[in-house]
Amino acid sequence: MRKIREFVIEKSLLSSALITVAVTVGIILVLAVEAFSFFQEVSIFDFFTDTEWTPLFTKKHYGILPLLTGTLLTTFIAISVALPIGLSISIYLSEYAPRSFRKTIKPLLELLAAVPTVVYGFFALVVVTPFLQQFIPNLSGFNSLSAGIVMGIMIIPFVSSLSEDALFAVPKALREASYGMGATRLQTAFKVVVPAASSGIIVSIILAISRAIGETMIVAIAAGQQPRLTLDPTVPVETITAYIVQVSLGDVQHGSLEYKTIFAAGITLFALTFLLNTISFQIRKKFRQKYD
Amino acid sequence: MESRFISEINGKKNYSNTMSDMMSEKIEDAKTEAPIAEKYKLQTKDVNVYYGDFQAIKDVSMSIKPKSITAFIGPSGCGKSTFLRLFNRMNDYIEDFKMEGKIKIDDKNIYKEKIQLEQLRKEVGMVFQKPNPFPKSIFENVAYGLKIQGIKDKKLIADRVEKALVQADLWNEVKNNLNKSALTLSGGQQQRLCIARTLAVEPSILLMDEPTSALDPISTAKIEELIHHLKQDYTIIIVTHNMQQAARISDYTAFFYMGELIEFDKTKKIFTNPEKKRTENYITGRFG
Repeated sequence: MRKIREFVIEKSLLSSALITVAVTVGIILVLAVEAFSFFQEVSIFDFFTDTEWTPLFTKKHYGILPLLTGTLLTTFIAISVALPIGLSISIYLSEYAPRSFRKTIKPLLELLAAVPTVVYGFFALVVVTPFLQQFIPNLSGFNSLSAGIVMGIMIIPFVSSLSEDALFAVPKALREASYGMGATRLQTAFKVVVPAASSGIIVSIILAISRAIGETMIVAIAAGQQPRLTLDPTVPVETITAYIVQVSLGDVQHGSLEYKTIFAAGITLFALTFLLNTISFQIRKKFRQKYD
Repeated sequence: MESRFISEINGKKNYSNTMSDMMSEKIEDAKTEAPIAEKYKLQTKDVNVYYGDFQAIKDVSMSIKPKSITAFIGPSGCGKSTFLRLFNRMNDYIEDFKMEGKIKIDDKNIYKEKIQLEQLRKEVGMVFQKPNPFPKSIFENVAYGLKIQGIKDKKLIADRVEKALVQADLWNEVKNNLNKSALTLSGGQQQRLCIARTLAVEPSILLMDEPTSALDPISTAKIEELIHHLKQDYTIIIVTHNMQQAARISDYTAFFYMGELIEFDKTKKIFTNPEKKRTENYITGRFG
């Protein structure tokens, strides 16, 4: 009887694992198949070199570059915000803050990542943009600047929490060695602890980047939906994710070329985040070997 | 067991010419109050240490002579490491740590507010139980203490690094690999690197917290030999669990038990004819 129960439990656990794998494989397959049929009609060369993305207009262009630039631009702004703030927080929490303070503040910070992103998007649109317009008069109502800044705030906990884990995991013995030679807290933090935790910190940054690249709601709401090849943060842009939302919500005919564009865009996005995750996985593997 | 210690003590006389001078000098009884005199490198007076409600050190007074090796022995948890770490104020980072009493180094009270922690730690170097090199190159490890002092002169740094590595008897093994990661060295080499790193800052006191407990016998022998050489220039205080080690390398031995200094005397005396019964029980292996 017991044996049967064990068997049932084991197999049901196995099947849940398999279902997850199957779903992932299924998504990749659908993406690949649809993207493949898209590239039957549009050449890959045009896709990566054309500077316009107008699949919904009468004069159609299928250049991913404007969407890619929009994605990278908002991501870059977000990281520029999240990196200095997140790292400062993590160094403060790990090297300076009393333990009890650290214990309270860390979960609170992680709450930042729990706020629904639609709230952030709305916040960017109705609070941050008007605020910034006081200083930058020609800032459009939709722009990558406020979307990027707010996205940066959202990913702060990705940087701070994971970096803090990495910093905190640096053996106490290294800190003592540094203090023992007359180093100050600041010197110890920046010359010993941060370098020793560098791989963990890099992993946290990469994860934050890939989170920013995949972020949809904030950019769809606040960055505008105009694919435009520009590095100007004050004008509306469209990211890959925002485009996918736009088309999915519209009334594009199922099976049409316009419909297939979202798979081409999707697979580009997937390739980007997959690459980042692979890099971070490799770094983490190396990191683990080093500290055991 | 006792006779083995005696023979080791006697054997030690052969390689130490200053030993007989040391031995003939009188040391104050641990419990009597030593007058604060200049001839001591380090003096403690009525030191009490508390971690919250727990008292880790009880009324310890002792005086340590310059250029001598003092061993702290005692069972685990007896407070010897805590006591050692008072001398470079390494306990300051522990929450709930509280200290009473006086500790003077070169006649300066190191627990006065005015003292500069960084300055103190340049003067009082420390080697830890487990080798703890930084994940940097061999050169950078030794140069670290100089660089944080703001020394930029590359020639000076290179000279001091070489000198420290020679002193730590590691130079010949690493001189062609100075840019290799310190983590590629063996445990014994790493510990000598940590000693070199400490020496590069040119301290006058060396604190060693069980420096060989993580090492194999051959590496241990090397480090003991090194400690013996370093005595010429440094005042060395070493915590050890290994009583043979204390007998082999130290001039003076302090026996701690439950936070109290039970006995502090010449090593020879402690290991051959201890005053206190508890000391005798411990060194003969009857407890601890």
